[in-house]
Formats: sequence, structure tokens, C-alpha cells
Amino acid sequence: MSTETPKKKFSFGPGLIGTLSASPFALLMLFGFVAPLLCVVWFGLMPAKTFDLLQMPTLDNYRTIFEQTYFKSILWSLGLAGVTVIILLAICYPLAFAMAKIFKGGGATFITYAIATSLFVSENIRLFGWVIGFMKRGVVGGLLETWFNIEIDSLLYNVPVIILGMSYVYLPFMLFPLVLGVNMVPDQVREAAFDLGASRWQVFRKIDLPLSMPGVMIGSLLVFVLSVGAISEAKILGGQKVVTIASDIESEFTYAQNWPLGSALSALFIALTTIVVFFALSRFDLEKLLGKKPSE
Amino acid sequence: MIVSRTQKTGFSLYAGLVLLVFYFPVFCIIVASLSKRRFFSFPYPQEQITFKWYEDALNSAQVHDFVSVSLRIGVVTALVSVTIGFFSALAYARYRWKGRQTFQRLVLLPLFFPQSVLGLALLMWFNFLNITTTWWTAAIAHTVWIAPITTLIIAIQAYGLDDSLEEAARDLGATRWQILRKITIPLLLPGMISATCFAVLLSWGNFALSLYTTGADSSLPEWLYARMTSGYQPMVPAVGVINVVFAVVLVLVLFGIVKWSTRKSRRATATASGH
Repeated sequence: MSTETPKKKFSFGPGLIGTLSASPFALLMLFGFVAPLLCVVWFGLMPAKTFDLLQMPTLDNYRTIFEQTYFKSILWSLGLAGVTVIILLAICYPLAFAMAKIFKGGGATFITYAIATSLFVSENIRLFGWVIGFMKRGVVGGLLETWFNIEIDSLLYNVPVIILGMSYVYLPFMLFPLVLGVNMVPDQVREAAFDLGASRWQVFRKIDLPLSMPGVMIGSLLVFVLSVGAISEAKILGGQKVVTIASDIESEFTYAQNWPLGSALSALFIALTTIVVFFALSRFDLEKLLGKKPSE
Repeated sequence: MIVSRTQKTGFSLYAGLVLLVFYFPVFCIIVASLSKRRFFSFPYPQEQITFKWYEDALNSAQVHDFVSVSLRIGVVTALVSVTIGFFSALAYARYRWKGRQTFQRLVLLPLFFPQSVLGLALLMWFNFLNITTTWWTAAIAHTVWIAPITTLIIAIQAYGLDDSLEEAARDLGATRWQILRKITIPLLLPGMISATCFAVLLSWGNFALSLYTTGADSSLPEWLYARMTSGYQPMVPAVGVINVVFAVVLVLVLFGIVKWSTRKSRRATATASGH
């Protein structure tokens, strides 16, 4: 992107038209993204249980958070999200590899559309499918009983099933970046390595993985951020087994009617996610990661 | 790359397995939606298969309300985010301007952000501005999240745009507005149509943003969530299946558009090079 040459002359300045075109979007972000976030941070500094924004700022809410057990739900959310990322990397990498390198054309397109379709069905409906599958006398239980005569209880309402639900819902967000990443690995480099006597494992570690790293990073970050803020999986599949930070925040806003505390929790949560994202991004060349656009 | 037969079979089997597991919940919903009993249990005898719940779902006034709220949000979101996305895609991919690189990164920001928190933040912001939340505040929330996506989709198309066409039009004395209307918009149309489909579909399925921003109105995913957490009701799987069918049809339309536009652009390049 360093070779930017203003080769065209516009009637009213070369830069102005770009700024003008970007301005509706910038205004939308200012109004719908930046301002609400500032609002959350400010509201988190208000005294507990108020709905008024014009009071003396205090750090009481943060004290409450650290004195009570909210850190538990934060840890649960971070842990669940971390495990989901690892599981999805293991499931999706071979599939992405197959889509980018093994089945050219038809097969890969079919898988892309089959997986992408799920993005457009509300995650609640898809999670409900698992509920029907796993509940007592559900599809899995019924099949096991008729085929093998094994009777099982409900498989729902435990931690593994929450992780299953998260992995299931966020699979496309890992798969598609990974496919892009694996596509960036040139075939010739892999072949050269094989010709020089590298083993499969060596090629994977020294060539495939480093060269597809941008895809791995973007996929992992997307999945992490989405699943750390997930709310329906733990509620629909997990019952009351695990309370995540997102549902803690939700209950502060609904049952407890303590908006300042909920805001403080949100602000803390935003800060934590941002730290994780920045930490992950700073370990890799950001320029390379985002600058690799098909254009220039 | 040379691919051996065993490799191909192995990976095909693996992909098949992943897809099978991936579609297992959909299969479960279909099975449940056809069961006559009020409390689902599996397996059930063949004579208990019924389409009653579909009939109920299609005739329920309640479901109609939720569908209409969801559709209104979807249509407004799609129109606004495609219009904004059109211009920001040009800023993203076409024009050389000072803030471009920063802009390209900022576009990604809302996508890397937990949606439930964004919904809440918007709720507080609307509350602060004294705006009562209804379906159209939800449309704003959806637009904040979907406009970056439409921008990226249209930007991909804009990268392939041939500069010389616009230049030729300008040399022939076309005004800026004429160039936009006669050259830029028609050439970016496939991207804009697929962005519209994406916007409608993503808005239709969204739950986390709607949860906080619809106020007294309720979208379809919200209703389904409320029903699911409060106990089993056989109409829910039927609505779910109808939803899946709707998504599949729109995805097929999308697929058709992508094919059509690649063929069209290939033909355009062919005529251009044959000149």
C-alpha cells in the first residue's frame, strides 16, 4: 500500500471525494458505536441503582464487582471461549485445508454454501435443535434405546454441552478465515519442502502453519470475541449450570435494575476483550494481517 | 498440487462427517416439527406425523406480528446499510485519500466486538437521548453491525472496477452524477444485491442486538428464545423449519447472483480484450 500514486485528478481535489464518501459511515459509527461506548463507561461511574447520568462519578461499582463473585463469571466466559477456540482450530483446520487444497471447485463451493446457510438461521433455532436431540427421550436417546436398548438420561445442562453449542454456532467464523489463510500457502513451497525430504509434520509446522497464520489469527480472534460475549448457549443448553459474564450483565439490567453496576461490568468486559485482542494482534505484524488486500 | 486418491477420500469422509454433525440439529427440528404429540419424544409411530404445527404457525396472528417486526427491521437495515456501504466501499477500495488506511481498519472494529454489549450500550445511549426503543432503534443497532459487512462485500466488487470506464465517461463530458448513475452503480450492482441479501439475512437471524434494542416490539428470534426457555411448545420447531427454508431459498438466490455476475464480468473482459 506504500505505492499510493494519485494518478487521477478530480474536479474538487483528490482527497475530498474519499473523505466525503466515507463520512456517512463515519457518522454512523460515531453515533451508533463510539457514543454508546462512552455512555457505558460514564454510566459505570454513576452511583448504584440510578438511571440518571448527571451525578458525581464514583468507583463504587468497581469495588462491588471485586468484592463479590463476578470474577467467577468472567473466568467462566474467558475459559469457555478459550476452549471453544482450541476445539474449533482442531476441527476446522483439516476441513479448511481440504477446501483450499484438496477439492478444487465444486466440493469446496458446496461446503461453503452448506456452512454459510447456517449463518442466516437464528442461533437460537439451531441450538434448540441440539436441545431436541439431547433431551430425555430426544432424538439421540430414542435412537440409542431402539437400536441398542440403552436408556440414557438427558445429556443437557452441563459444561461440555455448552462448549459443543458454542463450537457449533461459531464454526463458520473459524472456518472461512482459515480457508482464506490456507489459500495463501503457495503449493510450490510445500512441494519444494517435500522434495527436500521434509516429513508431513515438518511441512505442517514450518510451512502451512506460519504461512496461514493471518487466517488462524483472524479466525481465533473472531471466535474468541464472539463466544466470550455469548449468551444463548449457556442459557439454552446449559440451564443454570454456568453463569457467564454476558448473562450476569443481562440480569443487572433486567431483574436487578442496577444499570450502573451492569455498565461497570460491561466496561470491564470490553476492556478485558480489548486487551486480549490487542495482545494477540501485537504478537503478529498487524500491517501484514490487514494490509493483504486483493487490490494493489 | 498432486492429490492422492486416499487423501481425497479421507478428507471427503471427514468433510461429510463435519457436515453431518453440523446439520444434525436441523434434522432434529424437522423431526420434532412433524410430531403430533404435545411433548416430544423419539421415536414416534408413523401415524403420528402431522403438519398441524405448520398450519398453526402460518395462521398464528402472534407469529405474524413477530415476522412483520423482523421484516421491517431487516428491510430498513438492508436499505440503509447498503446505501452507506456503497459510498464507504468506494472510500475503502477506490479513492486514494489521506485517512484511507485508518478507515479500512476502523471498518472492521464493530465486527470484532461482542454484540450483546453493543446492544446494551445502544440501549443506554437511547435512554440517555430520551428515545423510546422500538423496532426502528433495533434497525439502527443492526445497521451499526451490518454496514461494515455490506461495505466489505461491495468493496470486493469495487476492487475489480475498471478505472478507465469512469475516466472515459469523464473525458466525454459526463457529470459526476451521470458517471455515478450510468457507470459506477450498474457495475457495482451485483455486489450491492448480494450485500442486500446478506443484510436481510443477518438482520433476520440476529438475536443479541435485538434483545436489548427492540423495546416493546419483539422480533422472531426473541420470541423463539422466550418460548424455548419457558418450556417446549411444538409450534417452535415448525417456525424454525420455515425459517431454515426461507434462509436456504435466499442463499440459492445469492448463489445465482454470484454465478451471474462472474459470468457477466468474464464476458465483459472477453469483449474488452477482443476489441
